[in-house]
This record gives sequence, C-alpha cells and structure tokens, in this order.
Amino acid sequence: MGYTLTRSEFDQVLEGLSEKYRLYAPVLKKGQGRFTDTDVVIYDFVYSSSEIEFEKKSDYSFKEILTPLSQTLFFFTENVIKEADIDDSEAIVFLRSCDMHALKRLDQIYLHNGSHVDSFYKKIRDKLHFVLIGCTSSFQDCFCVSMGTNRTEDGYLFSVNFVDGRYDVDLKDASLEELFADSGAAAGDVTAAYVTENEVEVHVPEEIPNSVIGSDLWKEYDKRCVACGRCNLVCPTCSCFTMQDAYYTDNGKVGERRRVGASCMIDGYSTVAGGGEYRKKHGERMRFKTLHKISDFRKRYGYDMCVGCGRCDDVCPEYISFSNIINKVDAAVKEGEQ
Amino acid sequence: MSMTNRNPYISFPSEILDVIKHTEKEYTFRMAFQGDVKPGQFFEVSIPKFGEAPISVSGIEEGVSVDLTIRRVGRVTNMVFEHMKGESLLMRGPYGNGFDLDLYRDGEVIVVAGGTGVSPVRGVVEALSLTEDAADKHVIVGFRSPDDMLFRKDLANWEERLDLWLTVDGAPEGYEGKVGLVTKFIPEIELKDVSSARAIVVGPPAMMRFSVMGLLEKGFKEENIWVSQERKMCCGLGICGHCRVGDKYICLDGPVFNYTESKDMID
Ligand SMILES: Cc1cc2nc3c(=O)[nH]c(=O)nc-3n(C[C@H](O)[C@H](O)[C@H](O)COP(=O)(O)OP(=O)(O)OC[C@H]3O[C@@H](n4cnc5c(N)ncnc54)[C@H](O)[C@@H]3O)c2cc1C
Ligand code: SF4
Ligand code: SF4
Ligand code: FES
Repeated sequence: MGYTLTRSEFDQVLEGLSEKYRLYAPVLKKGQGRFTDTDVVIYDFVYSSSEIEFEKKSDYSFKEILTPLSQTLFFFTENVIKEADIDDSEAIVFLRSCDMHALKRLDQIYLHNGSHVDSFYKKIRDKLHFVLIGCTSSFQDCFCVSMGTNRTEDGYLFSVNFVDGRYDVDLKDASLEELFADSGAAAGDVTAAYVTENEVEVHVPEEIPNSVIGSDLWKEYDKRCVACGRCNLVCPTCSCFTMQDAYYTDNGKVGERRRVGASCMIDGYSTVAGGGEYRKKHGERMRFKTLHKISDFRKRYGYDMCVGCGRCDDVCPEYISFSNIINKVDAAVKEGEQ
Repeated sequence: MSMTNRNPYISFPSEILDVIKHTEKEYTFRMAFQGDVKPGQFFEVSIPKFGEAPISVSGIEEGVSVDLTIRRVGRVTNMVFEHMKGESLLMRGPYGNGFDLDLYRDGEVIVVAGGTGVSPVRGVVEALSLTEDAADKHVIVGFRSPDDMLFRKDLANWEERLDLWLTVDGAPEGYEGKVGLVTKFIPEIELKDVSSARAIVVGPPAMMRFSVMGLLEKGFKEENIWVSQERKMCCGLGICGHCRVGDKYICLDGPVFNYTESKDMID
C-alpha cells in the first residue's frame, strides 16, 4: 500500500507510532564530528521528522541499539549475582538497505552461530521493528551494489523515500493502515527507492585461496594502519566483544560483569596469559578482518559479511580504503590463478 | 542444547571436592559436576568481579566429578587458587567438541602432550591405558623440568600399562629420566603400521607445530592426526569472536580438530 505524505502528515504518523514505540533514527549532531566543527550523524531517539537525517549516511550504524558499546550483564553484591535489566521496550529503527542486511549478519552471530542464543541480544531484538529509508542516490564510498545489499524487500513495517520534501511510503504492515489513513496521506504508487549504481565498485573473488594470506599486499598496512579500531567501531557487521569484570568498592564486595565492543585491529584482541599474541602486525590484522568480511564468514554461512556501507572508509584517519583492499585481494587471486 | 531465552552466561556453583597440588603453580580442583562431559571439552570458570577463564576437563569420574587442572597465571586463576576444598566455584559449560574416544581405542596410537597440554588428553590416555592392546598406545609427555611434572600418580600407572615416554626439557645433573623435547622421541617410537596409526598432539603452539611435522615425517597420514587448540576466549559460545580462526570457532568447532582442518587454520 503506497502513500505520499507531507511533512505534517508524516509527523502525525510518527506521533502515533511514538505512543507505542521508541523511535530511533539517524540524527545530525552539529559540531560533534571527528574534527573540530564537523558534523556527525549517529543514531538517537526522535519524535518528529525534522529530527531525522534523511540526506546523509549515518557515520555510526544502528548496531549500538542491539549491541551497546558497553553492556552490563551481571551485578555482583557480596553473595548475590543479579542479571542486569536491559531496556527492551518496543522500538522502531530507521535503517537503510545496507543496514537491514547488516542486521541479518548480527542475528547470525548472536542468535544462530552454534546452538547458543545470546539472551541479552534476543531480548532487545525481539522488540525491534524497522523502517527502511529508501536510498535515492548513492553516498560517498558506498559499494552496496557490488555486495548485493542495495535492495531490501522485507523485514520492515514500511519504507520511506524522502523526495522533494515529500515522504513517500510503501506500507508493508497492514496493522498501520489506519494510522496512515488518519494522517490524511494521499494514496500513491510507491516502492522503496534503491540505488543501482555506486561510484565505487568491488569484485569479491568467489574463492580466496589461503595463499592470499601470505601475499605482500598486507605489508603496506603494517605501517599505514595505526590499529585504532575505528573501522570496527563504525562497521554495522562487526560484533565482537570482550568480557570485563570490575569491582567498584574498595573492599571489592560490589561489582559487575560487562561486555564491551572489541576490535580485531587493536592490540590485545588475541592476547593470552603470558602475553602471547597471534597477530602482532597491523597488516596481519587487516588480513584477518578483510578475509572475515569477504570470505571466512561466507564459508560458514553462505553469504558475505561486509555489506558495502563504506563507513570504514569514511572514518579511517589514514584514509585506508576497504573497497580498495577488496579489489587488491581480487587482483592477487587473479594473479595467483595465472 | 540451550533453550531460547535461557541466559547462556549464567554459571552454576559446583563444590570443590578436593584440591590436588602438583606444583606451586598447578593444582587440580576436583569439582562435584555430574553432568555429561567428554575429555577435551572445557568449562568457563567464573570468579565474579575478576572474570572467567576457559579450563579443560582433565579428568572425569562419570556421574561423580570432573577435574580441572589449573595453572595460576593471572587475575582469574590467582583467585581460583584462593578457593579450598568444601567451597564452591562458579562455572558454565561444558563447551567444545572434545575427543571422540572411539577413534583411538583400537590399534596403534601416539599421544604427544606438553605441560598443561596433558590436561585435555588425560582422560584419553587413561582410557587408552585400559585397552587390551595398551602396549600399542605410545604416550610422549614432556614437562619443562622434573619439578614441573603434573599427574605423577597417573604417570606411574601409565608407565606400567602402556608405552610411556616421560621427558623433561632440562634437568639438574644426576636426573635419571629422559631429557629432551617431546619431538626428539617421535622418531624413536616403533610402529607396526604407520599408515593406520593415529596421533593426538596437545601443547603450546610451537610444540604442536613441530610434533605434527615429526609425525608427518614419520609417515602419519594427515587425517590420522588430531590437535587441540587454545585461543583467547571471552564467551565459549561462538559469539564474542575472539577465538575465531578463519571460518572456525575454536570454542564451538574445536578445541579438537583433525589436522586436515587445522592445517588450513591460519591466525
Ligand atoms: C580451550 C582452552 C582450554 C584451557 N585449558 C586450561 C587448563 O586446563 N588449565 C589451565 O591452567 N589453563 C587453561 N587454559 C588457559 C586459561 O584459560 C588461561 O590461562 C586463563 O584464561 C588466564 O586467565 P587469568 O585471568 O588468570 O590470566 P590473565 O593473564 O590475567 O588473563 C587476562 C585475560 O586474557 C584472557 N586469556 C589469557 N590467556 C588465555 C588463554 N590461554 N586462553 C584464553 N583466554 C586467555 C582471559 O580472557 C583474561 O581475561 C585454557 C584455555 C583455553 C582456550
Ligand atoms: S580505521 Fe584505519 S587506521 Fe584505524 S584500524 Fe581501521 S584501517 Fe587501521
Ligand atoms: S567492512 Fe566497511 S564497508 Fe563493509 S560493512 Fe563494515 S564498515 Fe561497511
Ligand atoms: S570464545 Fe567467544 S566466540 Fe569462541
């Protein structure tokens, strides 16, 4: 069911939704970017359409809603262990197509890798609903078309394209029909907008032989990559965490166990007791991350982990381009075949 | 195995039935765990406010207890050592695949284990020592020095029942046992049919690498060699990502791997 809404009509829909759901959407934060006086788009609560950033890609993904950067799992008092309460109120998250695909990857790890289900993740996940933000044009560094993540056809309540000040909605969830009708929205012929071309293209090799691990191509990153881990932080499909226990009274009687986001690019990720570390060189870490995104994950589940959002390229302080790395791997594989 | 929504991070208390001191730094904690468990599997031992540590099962008395042999090396393991018989430890598990004993019961087998690497195979060696053809079970066990030896009682039993090669990397003058790295003894073992013989290798990474090389040189088939791996682990459940190597998760798919798999696992 398609609708065309004016701003005030769309606001009325959002208001209606807010009664039952928390709304999360990309929001532009002025002057809070990486460099002085730059802006940043992050996920935050919204109540009205004017707060939602429809025209820029979010610098950080939605993933912190599901996998907070730091999440307490247990509280410890002297003799009692208490599972931490988590906020699992019903919520709607506005996502672009690449992030809808990223969601599937997070579900894969937290719910369907082996027989264990992450109950903390599941509690939040079960209460999340989604709205697809249609992409009317590609952003800098996006390569979703190459990764096959430029389109999403289900898994959301409705899609919304923001065009010429209008909100064009394709409603999928029939239970919301009344809400849209009541807003006065005009019926229209709408489908979710998606891009069919990006400036950046990659070619992911069908099979990446282990010989690529020893390729010289990684050496460049031994020095160039400063192992800051920002690429993992912004990546919507990076899901690793480290457990951290802490006590906060001097006598050590009260404390908690939490998990914090982990980065395979940062020192310590693979360090074991006694200081042994499996990947010391930054180039090795880059290889580990890259092959996970475009090969190892696929070997296990049949589809690639990277969704081509390009956020890692956008954020890297050393201007390292991940799409470029993928193409270098492709070249190395082709070279090896000859 | 786990039900949806059951919190897989919750540990259960298990009573310490006994503490067996091997060396200053290595104790075996005998835990009153009665559930199903296999040699080579591991538990996450939890010390609230300090953390968790993956620890292999070093012994199983079915329906009665499991042994955890722990080396004190840091935050969590230090705290474990503060616990005494009669107290409880929190743990969750068992996790991982463990050894499939049926693969090793019959015929010729070589087990190569170094240091705390003996823990995960202790149950296997014990089972091998009770087979009818125990003389065909060759076990090379290496420790850093005579003072570092673990499981002395077992070693004495094994010495009697199977072909045990107990060695130390170095020893003070006058030591009468074997001296040398475990790899030194692999060529010395005489096998009737190397093409059907199987091997298990567990220990520090370098020791495992060289031992496998030695076995391959001896003529072992790749598919007849198994290794047990250790990596940093923060969950044991296949979620935290730390233990992943390539497309494998050590905590889920391992820690025991056939060499045909593990040879392609590059960190
Ligand atoms: C499958 C498996 C089986 C193991 N079996 C045994 C055993 O039977 N006996 C034994 O003594 N030790 C065993 N270990 C090693 C043991 O888990 C570590 O020594 C222990 O985690 C160190 O924790 P710590 O807090 O005392 O040391 P710290 O050095 O203070 O630990 C710091 C952090 O590093 C991590 N870490 C350090 N070393 C390791 C390691 N080797 N593996 C995983 N995480 C590590 C821990 O997550 C910890 O948070 C095993 C490890 C694995 C992966
Ligand atoms: S953001 Fe760039 S420099 Fe930082 S770890 Fe990632 S690739 Fe390396
Ligand atoms: S690796 Fe980079 S491009 Fe791929 S999903 Fe992660 S942030 Fe996006
Ligand atoms: S220990 Fe967390 S994924 Fe294996």
